[in-house]
Amino acid sequence: MVSKKVTVVNTQGMHMRPAGILAKAAASHKECKVTLNAYGKSINAKAVMQIMSAGIKCGTEVEIICDGTEEQAVLDEIAGMFENGFGE
Amino acid sequence: MNKFTGKGVYGAIAIGKILKFQRRELSVKRKHIEDADSEKSRLATAKELAVHQLQEIYEKALKEVGEANAQIFEIHMMMIEDEDYNESIKNIIETQMVNTEYAVAVTSDNFSAMFGSMEDSYMKARAADIRDISNRIISNLSAGERENVIGDEKVIICADDLAPSETVLLDKEKVLAFVTAFGSSNSHTAILARNMNIPAIIGVGSDFLDTVKDGDYAVVDGFTGEIFVNPDAETTKRLQKKQQEDEEKKRLLQNLKGKENVTLDGTKINIYANIGGVDNIGAVLLNDAGGIGLFRSEFLYLENSDYPSEEQQFAAYKKVLESMAGKKVIIRTLDIGADKQVDYFNLAKEENPAMGYRAIRICLTRPEIFKTQLRALYRASAYGNLGIMFPMITSVPELEAILKICDEVKDELKSDGMEYAENIELGIMIETPAAAIISDRLAPMVDFFSVGTNDLTQYTLACDRQNSIIERFCDTHHEAILRLIELSAQNAHANGAWIGICGELAADTSLTETFLRMGIDELSVSPSFVLRVRDTVRNINLSE
Repeated sequence: MVSKKVTVVNTQGMHMRPAGILAKAAASHKECKVTLNAYGKSINAKAVMQIMSAGIKCGTEVEIICDGTEEQAVLDEIAGMFENGFGE
Repeated sequence: MNKFTGKGVYGAIAIGKILKFQRRELSVKRKHIEDADSEKSRLATAKELAVHQLQEIYEKALKEVGEANAQIFEIHMMMIEDEDYNESIKNIIETQMVNTEYAVAVTSDNFSAMFGSMEDSYMKARAADIRDISNRIISNLSAGERENVIGDEKVIICADDLAPSETVLLDKEKVLAFVTAFGSSNSHTAILARNMNIPAIIGVGSDFLDTVKDGDYAVVDGFTGEIFVNPDAETTKRLQKKQQEDEEKKRLLQNLKGKENVTLDGTKINIYANIGGVDNIGAVLLNDAGGIGLFRSEFLYLENSDYPSEEQQFAAYKKVLESMAGKKVIIRTLDIGADKQVDYFNLAKEENPAMGYRAIRICLTRPEIFKTQLRALYRASAYGNLGIMFPMITSVPELEAILKICDEVKDELKSDGMEYAENIELGIMIETPAAAIISDRLAPMVDFFSVGTNDLTQYTLACDRQNSIIERFCDTHHEAILRLIELSAQNAHANGAWIGICGELAADTSLTETFLRMGIDELSVSPSFVLRVRDTVRNINLSE
């Protein structure tokens, strides 16, 4: 299991678009569990509705936890997406 | 006539017949089932069909509203595959041994309630997305095609609310407008309407749908958010006119934005905008004006209960200059008087305020007020391309006194270590016959002239422009006025200065050719006239 802390840079927070992009990317790694910790809650990063309903705002620190096959590569990929604001 | 008001989300006018949007009733009944696996396979089939339908909608949206707006349907597809959502449906089927329709409906209620209870208004509006995808699955579970609701005639679609997919699936060619009883401006329907350039009003209230009938004639004003059902002749006429003007404006915008202000024979002229406050800058940029030819600084004084401070003025001027990003901004110094009263100036009531204690006359009598404004202007000049213009000039000594004060202000700023631009253009309004007549003496002292035709007309013709009884004597095209403008233009050019017109006459397209022939360098008009004047300029040929 590996983890990394990142900050949400999208000005509108994790709204529909970034949530969708994140869930799509996380779900593509079937053998690796991807979890987010924010506001003291654990969020399944493969479930777009969970991400959205967590209402993660801009500037919030989020911990990404990856557990499974090629976990480090998955973590780097997901962390990179947060850092570049999901292309926004 | 019945009038309803909501929130306009796309400014345009539509006139036509109403069609109430009917969706197939989705009444979901709870049924006990024996075989959970067969229900789950029904769910899988309905979901697969839903994803396929959304793929088609996505492709239609991609073509009509662009990728950024089409993305919503891609996310809808993901929501349908969402683990938690599917877990919930399957759980309800298995534990309660109920039909899929019911399990989807309950899950939809739970998930949309979760979003509906969030504080963020954007997230709140996502409840509608959950219902949209859920209804799609439920509708796929029962047989039957979704039929096309619109006939051959173009209609105003009225509904309680429209789901994004319903909005995109409507035949755009046949929709004049959308009007919904509920909904928020954050909804995708609102966003899609804006992108499809269809007038739309949302949230007109629940009695709306009870009142209107299919085939009712209505006028939709997307600017004000009003819908008039069975309007009277006067309302129809008024809005028809507004519609024509709007369509002309949009046509001009589409055809002329980004084009040069150049005549057929290659003569160029600057077309700038007149504005009276920071709020109007958006209109200046939208209408593609080359700069601001007259920024009336009075608003700073009129809005305040006491003299606006240097800092307050500096902040406002800086904002204008920065927003215009290097384009010319000509700010006119204070032009108030007994006709534009400001309490704290304590101006006495006058018999004839137009010819009284106003504008530069106040500034030269009370130089401390003038200096505060000039300091703010000079300081702001470091943030853009500033020109300063002085109103109501009648003589050389007046202008000498003004320029002396400007030099003092610059010296003070220098010793205070404050920055200002070196290339500020200084100019005067030509709005008194005196200034036009001695323009040969004034021109060497300034960088530019700007003709204020409103005052120039009333002073030259001795006609009060507020007095409607003498309107027929107040000929704005009077030869005397045109000669004064031409004289000023000749004197400006002979002395290396440029000349513009910032009064109402600048927007009078029947005179545009005359002004071009006089060699006028700039016309400054209301933002909404910029493109109309550009259109006129581009159709003039001075070599003919």
